[in-house]
Amino acid sequence: MCRIYRHEDSPNIDNVIALKINNNSISVDDGTTVAVAILAAGVSQFRHSVSGESRGPLCGMGVCFECRVTIDRVAHQRSCSIIAQDGMEVVTDE
Amino acid sequence: MMFDVAIVGAGIVGAACAAALTREGLSVVIVDKGGIANGTTAAGMGHIVVMDDSEAQFALTHYSQRLWNELTAEMSASCEFENCGTIWVAADEEEMNEVHRKHDFYEERGIATEILDERSLREAEPNLAEGLAGGLLVESDSVVYQLTATRFLIDKAISGGAKLKTGNRVIEIRDGEVLLENGEKIFAANVVNAGGAQAADLSPQLNIKKRKGHLVITDRYPNFVSHQLIELGYLKSAHGNDADSVAFNVQPRITRQILLGSSRQFGSETSGIDNNIVRRMTSRAFEYMPRLRDISAVRIWTGFRPATPDNLPYIGNIPGYENVYAAAGHEGLGITTSLGTAELITDAILGRNSAIPNVPYLPTRRFAEH
Amino acid sequence: MSKLTIEVLIVGGGAAGMSAALAASQNASVTIVDDNPFLGGQIWRAELGNTKSPEAQKLIAAIASKQIKIINNAQVFGLNNANSLLTETTDGQLELKFEKLIIATGARELFLPFPGWTLPGVFGAGGLQALAKGGMSVKGKRIVVAGTGPLLLAVADYLKSKEAIVIAIVEQTSSAKINRFALGLWRSPSKIRQAIALRSGLRDVPYLTDSWITSAQCRSPRESKGVTRKLDSITVIKKGITKTIDCDYLACGFHLIPNTELAEMLGCKIENGTVTVDDYQQTSIDNIFCAGEPTGIAGLESSLIEGKIAGLAATGQLDASRALFGQRDNAAYFGDKLNKTFALRDELRKLADAETIVCRCEDVSFQRLEEFNDFRDAKLQTRCGMGPCQGRICGAAAQFLFGWEPPNVRPPIFPVKMENL
Repeated sequence: MCRIYRHEDSPNIDNVIALKINNNSISVDDGTTVAVAILAAGVSQFRHSVSGESRGPLCGMGVCFECRVTIDRVAHQRSCSIIAQDGMEVVTDE
Repeated sequence: MMFDVAIVGAGIVGAACAAALTREGLSVVIVDKGGIANGTTAAGMGHIVVMDDSEAQFALTHYSQRLWNELTAEMSASCEFENCGTIWVAADEEEMNEVHRKHDFYEERGIATEILDERSLREAEPNLAEGLAGGLLVESDSVVYQLTATRFLIDKAISGGAKLKTGNRVIEIRDGEVLLENGEKIFAANVVNAGGAQAADLSPQLNIKKRKGHLVITDRYPNFVSHQLIELGYLKSAHGNDADSVAFNVQPRITRQILLGSSRQFGSETSGIDNNIVRRMTSRAFEYMPRLRDISAVRIWTGFRPATPDNLPYIGNIPGYENVYAAAGHEGLGITTSLGTAELITDAILGRNSAIPNVPYLPTRRFAEH
Repeated sequence: MSKLTIEVLIVGGGAAGMSAALAASQNASVTIVDDNPFLGGQIWRAELGNTKSPEAQKLIAAIASKQIKIINNAQVFGLNNANSLLTETTDGQLELKFEKLIIATGARELFLPFPGWTLPGVFGAGGLQALAKGGMSVKGKRIVVAGTGPLLLAVADYLKSKEAIVIAIVEQTSSAKINRFALGLWRSPSKIRQAIALRSGLRDVPYLTDSWITSAQCRSPRESKGVTRKLDSITVIKKGITKTIDCDYLACGFHLIPNTELAEMLGCKIENGTVTVDDYQQTSIDNIFCAGEPTGIAGLESSLIEGKIAGLAATGQLDASRALFGQRDNAAYFGDKLNKTFALRDELRKLADAETIVCRCEDVSFQRLEEFNDFRDAKLQTRCGMGPCQGRICGAAAQFLFGWEPPNVRPPIFPVKMENL
């Protein structure tokens, strides 16, 4: 299932990036961060904390490390600082 | 007020001594210039391992390991003790011969170990590189978070009546007293120098040199590695002399962070990180575990192992004093042998026989010419 | 492993860094290194690849017209020696040897712990704005903006422009202090214009002063497994009276703290949490300059002027740099007033309860930390500060809550892949 998520100001219908979040396909505007793509896919738990709490992004600028997810099988990447690319496979903690 | 024993150093060796001595009903004071486990202990790996590089090393590590296993009944969860085992990794056939030798050595002394071939090695640790000849699995080895373990031992000593004086630097030790930097004197019938890498500052009779090591710790990666992994070349590094050396040594922490070592350097007294050494260490590690490349390294630190000429610690009466003892010079085995050291010190102070011969560790021993 | 040799290296492509780059480029070859995908830093963060601010666009265009090299997505984590930084890029390790360095690493938000602050749906104030600029839709979302500082107004204004429903701005400082601050803006016509614009845009948004969030919660009953519990309401207190407000998001930050880690790693003198610089923005190390928020939180104008002075001074254009000292004084005056106005009140130290998590990386609660006298002991016994954020979030909070000096900094100053060490 392919969902289109548009940012209200999206300039160009062609600049769309298709990626997977937990095996679900989603499309976002070029320039969207992976963190935003994850939120747009309806996922608010990016990771489990050490004691098992659900966590999502806090600082939005790459210093808090709460937005860490696995991208293309490399773990612990700060999704708020990475622009979504075509074909990315993003996995959040269950 | 006169204590039975004053212990200089609130690291793991001092803490273990304090716990053992208070158990025997002695009055103890522990003094440290910093806080609990702030010095040598803080930098360590926390591996509890039985070693075979000499009879004396085996005796002390084996004895200590038994004591650690007994202590698990009392230790809190915060000590993070985990019986993860060690695998000594053999890269080639020559090292496999060494594996067989080790196996026999341990077997003769009652330690069960399992020889792994190439396939069973990779089954045990799938992230190891292909083409390694095999290894030796020592299931009885463990890992502990030495910072909280030291605190546990100190708390045990304190509930047995010990006093703790942190933030007080000792500038001199003599028979019957310990002199602090602030001018204060602590009177004690016996004094134990458990000053870690700085023990020789107070007791120049002890030939203890600082041997710098680097460690890297990573973010959390469950299921990446389950045993402590050490290359067989480790002992060459540990027994080497002046050259800088690295050896592959990886530990899974209970947090599932990966702790990566090891390096050894003499002559560097500063705690700064040496990028070349770190690179050599990680390059070596990538040969054994290529998937480490993508792992996120979160912190790097250095520490100083207290090294003696024969790689055995000083445990016992310091020549020139009646009742001043050394409990220092443990190189990279301080955490393992802290408990055995504590028993030997307690035996020495109480004048009774020890469970293992104490002769190899006496400060009066002569060293073979190098 | 690649290596570049650079005449003037600028770390940070925000307002200060870009301003420094343009000034320096008149006399030297300049390279800007930034960990974001686009120039602009935080205040001028790009939205889907482009920054909206006309002022920023002018700077970016000017930079493009000179021979200024830009290296994006590069994070400085270590150093090889006094004149050589190590960065992690998407292509691996990149070593940057420099003759002169200008540190323009900006600031981050201060977060203070309170019950529920770790719930998904609780963001920083600048944090939510950054995510919105990264493409997140806030249209129709009910948002409370809280904490302290002029950033709250800017964030509320921005969110409103993106059709969010900003329920209220909850500001901990007093209305008296805000009024004094507003009166003090007479020195700066541009600031008055900014303030008026913000005020009118936010006319219908309640601006509660002497108020703060006492808790964030998820009040809906436990649903089926697999449904993440996230924020649905917050509780505010003002003069002893509490009120609970339903909302979708909380954007909460307590003003800014300088990013001094790079300067500290290099051995620059740091005093009171800021990098010490002389009139020429030179640090305690001769060939290292610092401009913008790391020298003291003072806002955009200060960053621009300090950046310009640093760029001129680093390239020997001392007369030109001196000509700007007066402007800098004016901007610094504003900065000083800013920080005094929004200083944190004591009540904020008591927001956390025993179970509230202070170190989010390692889940260390308030009660576990209380017994320690300094950061080092707390760190060794609880792991507080040992996580990937390296104490960036909990360090400042612990300093405010317990009075501890933040931990010392050591490379790597950001986590880095082992192969790039």
